[in-house]
Amino acid sequence: MSELMPKVDGIAEVEIEKTTGPWRDAWRSFRKSKIAVAGMLIVLFFVLLAVLGPVLAPEGINDQSHTDRLQPPSSAHWMGTDDLGRDILSRVIHGARISLTVGFASVVLSVIVGSVLGIVAGYYGRWVDMIISRIFDIMLAFPSILLAIAIVAVLGPSLKNALIAIAIINVPNFGRLIRSKVLSIKEEEYITAAKAIGMKDARILFSHILPNSMAPVIVQGTLAIATAILEAAALGFLGLGATPPQPEWGKMLADSKDYLQSAPWTMIFPGLSIMLTVLGFNLMGDGLRDALDPKMKS
Amino acid sequence: MVSYLGRRLLQLIPVLLGMTFIVFMMIRAIPGNPAQVILGQQATPEAVAAMNEKLGLDKPWYTQFFNYIGNILRGDLGESMRTRLPVTDEIWPHLAATLELAVFAILIAVVIGMNAGIISAWFQNSWFDYTAMILALVGVSMPIFWLGLLGQWGVAIELGWLPTSGREEVRDPVNAITNLYVIDTIIQGRFDQLWQVIRHLILPGIALATIPMAIIARMTRSSMLEVMRSDYIRTARAKGQKMFWVVYKHALKNAIIPVLTVIGLQMGMLLGGAILTETIFAWPGIGRYIYDAINFRDYPVIQSGILIVAFIFVMINLVVDLLYGLIDARIKYD
Amino acid sequence: MKRKKILSLAFVMLLGLSAILAACGSSGGEGGKSSSSKGNSILVFGRGSDSTSLDPSRVTEGETFKVTVNIYETLLNFGEEDTTVQPGLAEEWETSEDGLTYTFHLREGVKFHDDTDFNAEAVVKNFERWANGDADMFPYYSSMFGGFKGDAEHVIDSVTAEDEKTVVIKLKRPQAPFLKNIAMSMFAIASPTAFEKGDDQFERNPVGTGPFKFVDWKPNDTITIEKFDKYWQEGLPKLDKVVFKSVPDNSNRLNALIKGEIDLADGINPADGEKIESNEELQLVERPSMNVGYLGLTVTRPPFDKKEVRQALNYAINKEAIIDSFFEGRADIAKNPMPPSISGYNEDIEPYEYNPEKAKELLAKAGLADGFDMELWAMPVPRPYMPDGQKVAEVIQSNLADIGVNAKIVTYEWATYLDKASKGEADAFMLGWTGDNGDADNFLYVLLDEDNIGSNNYTYFKNDEMHDLFIKAQTEVDETIRNEYYKKAQEIIHDEAPWVPIAHSTPLLGAKKGLKGFKPHPTGSDILMHVEFE
Repeated sequence: MSELMPKVDGIAEVEIEKTTGPWRDAWRSFRKSKIAVAGMLIVLFFVLLAVLGPVLAPEGINDQSHTDRLQPPSSAHWMGTDDLGRDILSRVIHGARISLTVGFASVVLSVIVGSVLGIVAGYYGRWVDMIISRIFDIMLAFPSILLAIAIVAVLGPSLKNALIAIAIINVPNFGRLIRSKVLSIKEEEYITAAKAIGMKDARILFSHILPNSMAPVIVQGTLAIATAILEAAALGFLGLGATPPQPEWGKMLADSKDYLQSAPWTMIFPGLSIMLTVLGFNLMGDGLRDALDPKMKS
Repeated sequence: MVSYLGRRLLQLIPVLLGMTFIVFMMIRAIPGNPAQVILGQQATPEAVAAMNEKLGLDKPWYTQFFNYIGNILRGDLGESMRTRLPVTDEIWPHLAATLELAVFAILIAVVIGMNAGIISAWFQNSWFDYTAMILALVGVSMPIFWLGLLGQWGVAIELGWLPTSGREEVRDPVNAITNLYVIDTIIQGRFDQLWQVIRHLILPGIALATIPMAIIARMTRSSMLEVMRSDYIRTARAKGQKMFWVVYKHALKNAIIPVLTVIGLQMGMLLGGAILTETIFAWPGIGRYIYDAINFRDYPVIQSGILIVAFIFVMINLVVDLLYGLIDARIKYD
Repeated sequence: MKRKKILSLAFVMLLGLSAILAACGSSGGEGGKSSSSKGNSILVFGRGSDSTSLDPSRVTEGETFKVTVNIYETLLNFGEEDTTVQPGLAEEWETSEDGLTYTFHLREGVKFHDDTDFNAEAVVKNFERWANGDADMFPYYSSMFGGFKGDAEHVIDSVTAEDEKTVVIKLKRPQAPFLKNIAMSMFAIASPTAFEKGDDQFERNPVGTGPFKFVDWKPNDTITIEKFDKYWQEGLPKLDKVVFKSVPDNSNRLNALIKGEIDLADGINPADGEKIESNEELQLVERPSMNVGYLGLTVTRPPFDKKEVRQALNYAINKEAIIDSFFEGRADIAKNPMPPSISGYNEDIEPYEYNPEKAKELLAKAGLADGFDMELWAMPVPRPYMPDGQKVAEVIQSNLADIGVNAKIVTYEWATYLDKASKGEADAFMLGWTGDNGDADNFLYVLLDEDNIGSNNYTYFKNDEMHDLFIKAQTEVDETIRNEYYKKAQEIIHDEAPWVPIAHSTPLLGAKKGLKGFKPHPTGSDILMHVEFE
């Protein structure tokens, strides 16, 4: 996916001295796009679910009731019940927390690791760059889901390990992005000037390079959360993610396979939640890109 | 051109070596003894020890690694620990199954995606445009395993229009020659079987096609919009000429490059990502093959399987890059 | 420029082709049904996974035997629905007084699929092949017959052809379940002409004397076998062809059965039993039970080193609730480590009843009145003896909470799970066993004796008295005395309680209504020669 995102080089034009200006501009243009706002609203909705989950959910995640197994949606159970008689609505609500946490945390992890590697590679160049870039090439040559499965196989299946695996496979995307930013900024006049007046590497990094890389990272990160949520659900679906009784959406889908005919609602609602959350992040990411990257505006 | 190709191929060597090493180390970090897994719950410790020795698992890892590299250079991808068949023999039917599915999916994606994109742009801001673009947005966000389940439930089970799983009518099996059943049935003139094979391809194909289709539709639309903004078209339109086909042709050509990129990237994704589709539709493909191998700790299969998939992925991207050159002379190579 | 044209032309052609394909796809629907009507004597048997080999002597894995029992035959057979010893390729046999010499009289007029004659010579060659192998080649041979030629523990002294139709097997020491072992599907007699060509060829091109011969194998997809015209039993097999189809997912398989894509499906979830029974076009088939599902307690890990704690868990777990909810009642509560159908089963054992109060008392006695924390390992995959390990674990977890024990459910991938459990890393783990030959030794000794610590004795349980009983029983030829030994051993096991035995389940299959003559075998390998469609 990442490769498909248009180049974000244009952001270098944003001048750092006036940070507040461009950000405000971006917000204004973001607000103008109905689709982007819709995306943000979807995301906000799920964030609210995640935060308020325990308050909102009518039942706990593991309140089993063997007499209420596989009940269709009704006024008592808006989304029906699953094979252990648990309220699907409650589990879907709680699931929001899991998916968002995994999506967000894994992306933050990959951004951190990716940034460090990307900055080191881009700033110091030469053999350091060579090695790091080759490692990125190698990692990107694997089909990502296969790599994630193999990593989970090494670490053992659990939600935490699924999160780590997803973070690992996304590192090269951010690493490359940051590296290219660093390379382009390094040649800018003000950096050369800063170097000439004897500014330290670390200072240059923190006061110039990092702020300048923020915008593309935010765009890429928002879109990566969408992908990460999908990947986590995929791992859960294969039984390599969440462990019972965690109400992870992908895992819920996997459990629903047994009841495709007799209880399709067990399959419909968790899937719908995954799709909507991912859609929300994708829309928001698109909107952010248009807003933060003037070159892309059409 | 040739030197460019040579350079690209040379660059592949460290990547492939590195991949081999990573895969090799990683699967050895997976807990669980393959001999135990292969022999199953009933195995005796003696049998496990004998198997370990035979598989060379009692040797230090570096010896194993260099042996493996040596074997690859000799064209020997190893032997499955579980079935004792050479991986080279075993992998093709699985790879073919996935390739067939992936190519079918890409075809669906290209045909529907491009046309939807072009029509959307032509009737910009119409209801068709809105519907298509919203569908495309939803498509990009679609968990394909969910879509697969929905298709299986709705189309195969409830409506009964298509088979639920597999790749052929088992009571009338395809005589496998190339293992690409579409081709096999055509060679043998069995068009009744071809029909069956296609019926089996549709549901998993659509599930797999959704994401690339949505991406292609969006890309085609925007490139088409650019075409339509060109002065040439504007004047033509102003003159009231029937321009749709002119623009259509033009847009197609313009869309080829982004579409190629998508194919290059998605083909690799499809090869690996097919695991999910293959699980849902019991498709005997490469994703499932490697996934099972991970479960059985079948080291040679995991190793060589992942390598082959990655190799194909890398090669497809190389071919895509070269095709750019053929299509667009403006892209230079030195 | 020219290139460009060719390319765009190719592209347009591609578009055209795919448009046609897409059109074919969308108009579809009616075509599918017609082909199934003509294939009435083709049976499609859906199962969980592919075979790994078609040479039964080289594997220990059930999916292979499912196919090979139909291609090969053994000297002796098991009963149609039990594990009694019946004539097979040997019509009659005699055992010497001392239990050391077995004489087999072979059937006349039997031919291998490759037209080789079946005779004493062929039998001897098969036994020689196994005896000259190693644990990697023939893993099962060594576990059943104590090793290979030259090994001290090797039970078989010699196998000789007395004449064309008589084979004599001499043993070094008596082996009580010898005839049962011979009847196991891995000791199938293969055509010497075929295996002498080299093993790797042979594994993919099996040649036996069975009712069906091998046709085709599409890896991870289908194995096809067809009627052997010169089969020695008149009028059999009734089917023309059998296709074994791998459909890994239980629910997928059920869907395929309902849609008529397969005729017979193995591994039906207990929860789906009712769905099949209520479907007019389907029938539910129960496989006779020969398994046990249990919760093992690793006796080397405190507090499970204390007998009271282990007994307390036995009292604490509500087996009846588990069987009602997750086996849908299609299982019997287990009280011993082996199923009642097996000779030597101790009826007199008084099962631990569900009694949380008593459990608490026992915990208090062990000095753990406040309970303790433990890990409860739940199986990640469905097995015939435990259709849904994770959910059963959730029930056990709540049972244990009632007596103050805080259990954390832990799960690993199946391969890792077995590996870690066999190293004694689990506090308590769920597992089970399906018998191979219906002998008590195959349950008790294999699962609980000290000799099998590190392999199948996952609890690390050890008891000298019990060990003596097992060793004596192995060479005791008198059935009654032998059963006494096993009954005594079960008393010890009951008292020491290294397990919480949970259930002897009835594995389920689903079939088309019109399918007749299918008799599921307790070992899980079904001979399909009597099967036909109405």
